Order: sequence, then structure tokens, then C-alpha cells
Amino acid sequence: MILTVYHKTSYDFASPVGGILQSHRLTPAKCEAQKIIEWQVDVPGAVMGEMFRDGAGDYIQTVSLRMPVTSIEVTVRGIVETTDTSGILRGHRERVPPRAYMRDTLRTEPNRAIRDLVDETLHGKQDAPELERAHLLAAAVAEALPYRPGATHAHTTAAEAMSEGAGVCQDHAQVLIACAHLADMPARYVSGYLNATEDGTPHEASHAWAEIYVAGLGWIGFDASNKCCPNEHYIRLGSGLDAEDAAPIRGLVLGGAAETLDVTVVIEAQQQ
Amino acid sequence: MTDPFFNEMYDQNGLRVPYRMLEGWYQNMPAEFRAVKQAEAEGLFRRYGITFAVYGEGGDPDRLIPFDMFPRVFAANEWRRLERGIKQRARALNAFLSDVYDRGEIIRAGRIPADLVYRNDAYEIAVAGFRPPLGVFSHIVGIDLVRTGADQFYVLEDNCRTPSGVSYMLENREVMMRMFPHLFQENRVAPVDGYARLLKRTLASVAPAKCDRDPCVVLLTPGHFNSAYYEHSFLADLMGIELVEGQDLFVDGDFCWMRTTEGPKKVDVIYRRIDDAYLDPLCFRPDSTLGVPGLMNVYRSGGVTICSAPGAGVADDKAIYTYVPEMIRFYLGEAPILENVPTWQCAKPDDLKYVQENIADLVVKEVHGSGGYGMLVGPKADKATIETFAAKLAANPSNYIAQPTLALSTCPTFVEEGIAPRHVDLRPYCLVGRDVELVPGGLTRVALTEGSLVVNSSQGGGVKDTWVIAEE
Repeated sequence: MILTVYHKTSYDFASPVGGILQSHRLTPAKCEAQKIIEWQVDVPGAVMGEMFRDGAGDYIQTVSLRMPVTSIEVTVRGIVETTDTSGILRGHRERVPPRAYMRDTLRTEPNRAIRDLVDETLHGKQDAPELERAHLLAAAVAEALPYRPGATHAHTTAAEAMSEGAGVCQDHAQVLIACAHLADMPARYVSGYLNATEDGTPHEASHAWAEIYVAGLGWIGFDASNKCCPNEHYIRLGSGLDAEDAAPIRGLVLGGAAETLDVTVVIEAQQQ
Repeated sequence: MTDPFFNEMYDQNGLRVPYRMLEGWYQNMPAEFRAVKQAEAEGLFRRYGITFAVYGEGGDPDRLIPFDMFPRVFAANEWRRLERGIKQRARALNAFLSDVYDRGEIIRAGRIPADLVYRNDAYEIAVAGFRPPLGVFSHIVGIDLVRTGADQFYVLEDNCRTPSGVSYMLENREVMMRMFPHLFQENRVAPVDGYARLLKRTLASVAPAKCDRDPCVVLLTPGHFNSAYYEHSFLADLMGIELVEGQDLFVDGDFCWMRTTEGPKKVDVIYRRIDDAYLDPLCFRPDSTLGVPGLMNVYRSGGVTICSAPGAGVADDKAIYTYVPEMIRFYLGEAPILENVPTWQCAKPDDLKYVQENIADLVVKEVHGSGGYGMLVGPKADKATIETFAAKLAANPSNYIAQPTLALSTCPTFVEEGIAPRHVDLRPYCLVGRDVELVPGGLTRVALTEGSLVVNSSQGGGVKDTWVIAEE
């Protein structure tokens, strides 16, 4: 499937700021599930650093703009050819050993409710294959946290989302990571895009899911929000330990002022 | 009864050779003169501004670390062996770091458990697969040593991140030379004042490939509230480099720049004295204001070198320590020259048997314990305590390790009544860049309280000048 991406993030400031400094993880890397046909990131007026690949295989780019501005625009345009690999990440070049993804962060630290969820879900399944256990956990997270936009916010932790009993893709991913760790499976957060128009689901075009490492198969994506594994409707941007670590844009405003953020993401399938 | 502790000045044969010249010196020193000299030393340290603040103790931040005028002395042949052992260890630790951020051969070979390394908090995912210039991760390796006999040294721990205390090594010598110049005329004491020059050369040698000129090296400090701030400014001054805080540096494009009165200046090497977590809010802790936003991107794309490399801490972790002799054999194909403190892993049946049979002579610790909790000091415990502990050990052996109680050597030290033996340790500073170098000496810490084995400056320990007598 050919997917086109248009992703614009606009920052408007109440009064001029000294500029911005950002680290972008906004360029997808090639793997069996995705081939990059065209990709362009523009930030008018900014100095774009040389892009490099980090150990996780993600493209990273430093963007700096050091002059007084009242607005900044980050625009991503691209065309990607995708293939359904049943969520399996193949042909992705990376250097981080999977066991390094066993650690929790403040955002994925489990609480009692998450521990109980794992215990109940995997009760009697200790000897089941890892893949089966991973699927069971993803399904359990989907069930425990109905999709409800607005129930949580950008800084909500996995434990907080569990207490809330609802959440969005970010919460599903972080809770699933916590669950997988408890089941002794490496897991990480993935950010990307989803072409969600087709089946009419309301999920965000700017999307996130979890990857769980299954011995023998490697990293496999699990999208608890949509109760599926990523298929040809997904574009994978990059990974990290949690939502913050894997954020497509990590940045700060120099000499900050009140900002208004506006994000537009449009993902469309081209007619073949 | 013989003294169970090795006395570095007097052993069973009497006065040891390295201390020959010092016997007359202290014996002929009148008590009033000593008091005058001690006051003079204190005045000098105050003037140099050398102070040591201890975190969280709330006391006088300008408290002086006590200085003992009686030098600690090594003979040339003793030092030669130590030097070889220290350099060997520094090489192996760097080889280990290069490996675990690359293919992890030592783990694939089954010599170190994967989880011990990869699940370690100090293992930085952000630098996996990245090779710093010359493959060096730890540029200043501080190795803490204790001595238990004429030829017996043990490594207590390795410090691969940013070991502190080297300013004391330099200042102690400076003060001794000012106060007792004749001692240095009569004794061939190897100089340590080349340290700053060697450190700067080491740092410059790891400048990034993109740097095509005389590298600009800076020292990045968290600021004046840090307990080692004095040392930061002292070293920057000696090396003739800028002492900077995070706000003095900024990232633009592919490089890191320093604000100067003549405009921005490109920085090539950062000798950082702040922890990984605070280096860059865009990569690590987002709330850090001590670091430089974007620095890790510049580092990973080869625009600047950070010393020590982010992630170097995984080599000096307590759990990894046990495996350093294995690293030496694996990477260097050599037998370790310096020994680790022997450690029995109670998870292993043979080790457990030994520990159970000898528990009254051993220190038994919880594997993940710290700060002296959950620990049994066999020789100091009564029978009931030992029995209770032995039961806990038997119930869950894999939770425990055991080590012998180390008989730390003593060195003569000035006390109220004259001189008396006090326990000492040693921290030498090994420099790793294009070359591996070590100045002859280090920081000797001394436990000033009689019988005490605790040399930490935060616990009332003091320092001594450390001499290596040059070759005849």
C-alpha cells in the first residue's frame, strides 16, 4: 500500500522567544514493512543538523533556530510503500541488545493493578509460548483500558492510566510495556502514523504502539488500541523506553513564552 | 603477638627501606615545630581554597579535609608492579565498555551474564552501537586499592565515570614541598605535577575526527554548589582550559559552541564532571538545567567528544566488579596483576559450603545491599547474631556474597602523642587516550581515628602526600 503523510506542527508564541532546539525522530527507517519513497522535513529558518542513525536504528536530526521568532512550523511530507508483515519487525538495522529493553521508566513502572492484570492474564499460562503470552497481554490491556480520548494527558504514567481505567494509544502502549516486563519479555514504545480512515475508527493518525521481543521471531508490534498487530496501514518512526523517550519531536523553546500548539496529521492511501 | 595489620614503615624486620629517610625527620622534629608546621599546612590549604563539602551533611561547606604531614611512601619496585596492574585494569575496563556497546562478545562467550550488563541502569541505550574516538570510554580511571602485606594489594572498586580527589594529590605535594623542601632534596621523590599536562594531552588526543585544528577542550561543571567544584576550577586552571557550566555552551547544527566575549567558539572535547542523567534534557532527564540541550546528538554524530563517555558507568558497577579479572583474561589474554577482593558467591554450592564453615571470619553481604545494611561482620559479631544470620543464609543462599575481612595496612600518622599507625588506602588516577598513562602517586586517604578502617573523607578521613621513590 502506498501511504502519503502530511504532518504539520505549528508553535505560536504570545511574545517573541529566543528560538528553539529540537531533536527529531521524524524520518522513518526502511524495513521489510516499509519502503521510503519520498520524505522531507522542513523547518523554515532553522539550521538542520546532519541526520544520523542511533543504536535503535532510528534517524535522528538536530534542529536549531537561534533568533527571535513568534511562530515555528515543522512540516513533514512523505510517501511510503508499506507491506503487512503481521507486525514482525524484519530487516531493521539496529544495535541495541533486546535485554536492554527490560528496564522500566517512571512512565512504565508497574503498580499493583498492572501486576494483578499480568497475574490474572497469565495464570496457568507460564509454559505457553512467548508469542501467545504477548497476545494475551495485549488483549488484556485493551480490555482493561477502553479507548477514551481526554481520559489521560501527555504525561500520564502507565500506573495512572490503570487507575483511570481508560486511555489512548500512548497509555495502552505504556501499560503493555509494563506488563511485558513483568512477564520477563523486553518491550518498547513505538511512535508512528496510522492510516485509520478506512475502517472509520477514530484513532489518531499520529499513533503509538508497543513492540515486544519474542525469542526466535524478534520484535513484534502490538497495537492494543486497535486490538491488532501493525499492518500495511502503519508507518513506524522510531522507538524508545516510553512515550517521552520515543517522541518524534523532543525539544525546548529558548526563553520560553506561552505557546499554542497546533498539530495536523493527514495519512492517506493512494489509489494503486 | 604480631600486629595483624601490615605496617608500611616498620615490619617484622624493622624499618622498611622506602621510609629510611623519614625516620630521622620525624624523630628530630620538636613538638612545637610540628604544631607550627601543621598550622602552616592548614593556612596553605585555606589560601589555595581547597575545601571539601559533603552532600547532605549541612555542615560548613568550606571545611578543610584534614591533612597529615607524614608521607606515605612506595619504593620504585613496588610502584612498578602497581603501575602495570593499574594500567592493565584500565585497559580491560575500556575494552569491556567498547565491547558491550558493540557486539558484546564477552556476553556471547558466556563470561558475563547478559542481564547484569544490559539491565544495568548505567547501561545507556542511547549510545549502543556508537564508538567514541579511539574507542575510549573511560579517560580517567580511578582505582581504589588497599594493601594487606608487603606484596599484597587488592582492588576495592573501580571508578570509570568522573573520579574525584586528584586535586588533593597535587595540592598535598605542593604543600609538602613548600613546608619541607629539604625532604625533596634528600629523597628522590618522583614528581606528580605533570598530571595536568598529561590530562590535557589525553583529552586532546580523543578530539573528534571532524576537528581539524588544535582541539578546544573545556571542563563542564554542575556549578559552585557541587562538592568538587574546587577541583573543577583547579584542574581547568592548571590545564589552561575554560571552566564552563551548561548555560555557557549551546548546540547549533552539528556542533557545540561556547559563548565567549569574542563570539561563539566551537568546542571539541568536553571533560564533564556531571552525571549522564543531567547531560542533555533532550536525551536524558528532561528537567535537567545543568546540561546542554542537544549535546548527545552532536556527540553521536561525531561533532564533540564527551569524557568520560556517557554509559561508561556500567563498567564500575558493584555487580560488574566481580568480573573485572575475567575481562583482563578475555580481552588482554593476560593474568590479572592486581587482585579483586576474593568474593564467594553463595549461590554456588562450593562457595556456600566454604562460607558456612568460615562464617565467623567473613563479611557476608546481600548481593544488592548497600550502606552496610543486611550485612554480617563475622569477627565482630556475637554467637547468637552469627547463628541467626547463618539461618537466613541457608534459607536463601543466592541472596548473599561473602568476602574476607581485609586487614588494611597502616602508615605512621601524626597524632596527639606523636606518631601512630593509622589505616590507609590509595586511589591512583590512570589516564587513557592515545596512550595509557599514570603519574607516580595518587591520593592516599587515612582513617584518623585509632583502629578505624573507614578512610572516606565524608567520615572524618584525612589525606597524605603519596611518594614514589624514583629509581636509583
